[in-house]
Amino acid sequence: MDLQTQTTETFDENARRALVDPQLRSALRKLTVTFGERRAQAIGSVDDWEGLRERARAIKDETLSHLDKYLADFADKAERAGAQIHWADDGKDVCELIIRLLQERNAKQVVKSKSMATEEIHLNAALEAAGITPVETDLGEWIIQLAHETPSHIVVPAIHKSKKQIADLFVEKLGIEPTDDVDRLTSAARRILRQRFAEADAGISGVNFGVAETGSILILENEGNIRLTTGLPKIHIALMGIEKVIPRFADLDVFLKLLPRSGTGQRLTAYQSIITGTKKSPGDEGPEEVHIILMDNGRSRMLAHPVTRQSLACIRCGACLNACPVYQQIGGHAYGSVYPGPIGAVITPQLIGIKKAAQLPYASSLCGACREVCPVKIDIPELLLHLRAQIAEGTAITTEAPPRKALESFAFRMYAFAWSRPWLYELGGRVLRVLQRPAVRDGRIGKAGKLMSKLMPPLGAWTAWRDARPLAPRSFREMWRADNQQRG
Amino acid sequence: MRVSLFVTCLVDQLWPTIGSATVEVLRRAGCEVVFDERQTCCGQPAFNTGYRAEARLLARRFIEIFEGSDAVVSPSGSCTAMVHHFRDLFADDDEWRPRAQALASRTHELGSFLVNVLGVDDLGASFSGRVGWHDACHGLRDLNVHREPRRLIQKVRGVEFVELANADACCGFGGTFSVKYPEISVAILDNKIDAIEKAGVRAIVSSDASCLMQIGGRLSRNGSTVKPMHLAELLAAREDVQQTV
Repeated sequence: MDLQTQTTETFDENARRALVDPQLRSALRKLTVTFGERRAQAIGSVDDWEGLRERARAIKDETLSHLDKYLADFADKAERAGAQIHWADDGKDVCELIIRLLQERNAKQVVKSKSMATEEIHLNAALEAAGITPVETDLGEWIIQLAHETPSHIVVPAIHKSKKQIADLFVEKLGIEPTDDVDRLTSAARRILRQRFAEADAGISGVNFGVAETGSILILENEGNIRLTTGLPKIHIALMGIEKVIPRFADLDVFLKLLPRSGTGQRLTAYQSIITGTKKSPGDEGPEEVHIILMDNGRSRMLAHPVTRQSLACIRCGACLNACPVYQQIGGHAYGSVYPGPIGAVITPQLIGIKKAAQLPYASSLCGACREVCPVKIDIPELLLHLRAQIAEGTAITTEAPPRKALESFAFRMYAFAWSRPWLYELGGRVLRVLQRPAVRDGRIGKAGKLMSKLMPPLGAWTAWRDARPLAPRSFREMWRADNQQRG
Repeated sequence: MRVSLFVTCLVDQLWPTIGSATVEVLRRAGCEVVFDERQTCCGQPAFNTGYRAEARLLARRFIEIFEGSDAVVSPSGSCTAMVHHFRDLFADDDEWRPRAQALASRTHELGSFLVNVLGVDDLGASFSGRVGWHDACHGLRDLNVHREPRRLIQKVRGVEFVELANADACCGFGGTFSVKYPEISVAILDNKIDAIEKAGVRAIVSSDASCLMQIGGRLSRNGSTVKPMHLAELLAAREDVQQTV
């Protein structure tokens, strides 16, 4: 199956396919259990985890309610430190800008560090079309680049692949000797990637946090590849979503405690790179040019409404993916978007339009596990319900509204009409009790036949795998009435 | 204490013995139980699917019916949580929002009401065998009900309580989710079923008829002997058990 054909619109098919992939499901089980346990352990080492979450959310709320000011401060300070600031409305703008910057400097070879923002705008495809070769340098990200796939997790992009699949891929693409030894596989990757670093004309990175107070950007990682990406080539281009800004340097104290613990269950990542402008004197190490691109791409739309605004507090830790019972079963690719899982189900429709992603807000049991683990306390179930209301009522604030579901809409109108009239509600129950008779055996309703499933799709969907409980011979209210007459 | 029973439509129509068990338990705890026959549904199916106008219609009715009660008690964490969500439905409505909030503060899930409001944990129930507990998501995460049902179950004579490894994991029901994406719903459910079967329990107990129908429907399809049981049914049970001290 070519992963590229999995889109947000084919979510149901993607999910069904994922569910019958035993290798994927075992990888997901391992990932979500391990990361869940590591996270639980790591947050245990913090005295006041709840307090930290609240502080983080308060900082994000403060920033988002004065985003224009903090962005202007950030841009001003970064420029004073020698960085060049660019503003971009959407992904197309960003791609054109980066290509122009690279072409003007005759840069052909580019190394990249893992960045969800660049995935979001499909930067690699745009660079390749312009004759520029981007090389991903995060190991997981490089593996999926070699395999021509997309990330299946925000933090661990190649988690869907087994060791054997990666070994086969390396043999095929890199021409190494067949081996299943992890050390030999990683040293082959290191050898080749080191060469790419040495040849690179430019480095492209994302940004975890941009500090308004100093104009610095902070990037977290474990492999050291970001150090090389941002430090070795002459040009460094950093792509930053406008929501990544935080007011003060001291705020990092809060976020550095939350992000690694929530993401990978680490107390701290192996590397934290803080970059403030360019080198100060010609003898210093580091790039000669630092470009920071501030990208909107649908974010100001989220800012407009108090409910959707919290989507912008996300720090991309991936904890909600690991905790989500739906993600745990189907993995990231099924969502058909670079942002999978619960946060993906709320961000994607807002980024690409509800019409294209109308299935995603419904891909949740609303269990609330995501909200429980979110380090910035985003009420994801509330957002899902908000988006569902936009879909059902055809009132999308984003681009085009999705088509209304006529049958479902009619059913809920009937439900509200009948169930606000107790006599009609009770009559409905009595009628159903008679109608269900032929289907009830041993006090349960088994698998519905083809015709019944066509006539009543929810019954078919339920009984394909589960017995249904029939309506009781007497409702509670009938029992209550009889009981009270006896007493009376 | 005079308690108004919000039985929920699911219990009313599909599993009425949960309703009578709730009445029995509340009476044993010293409450006078009233049941307003105008009640139907809290509107949760509409709210969760996005049909807010329809949900508002039922929410207004619900508030009118119940706001005169000192306490409203329901054998469902999910439907109780919905009453607590009414304020979101009326976020821009200054007349109905305060009424919704006032009612929510007096609306309780059964287990939480017994332990936290009445201060009762022993209902004189008896039931023999191993019993597992499933935390229904809305009771757990919207209402913060966790220790109350465990305390109540452990007081039942003859019960050996087993804490399932994934007691607080979703069963995959999720309302319309269970029929919109049945394959995912059942894949989630099967983790729960595995844990239940491994625990070797006689009954799996929860506080929501919806989760119990999801879990019970799969157990029944698999030919399992494990009995899905509502907390109220367990607390109302009076089995002849051998007392071991």
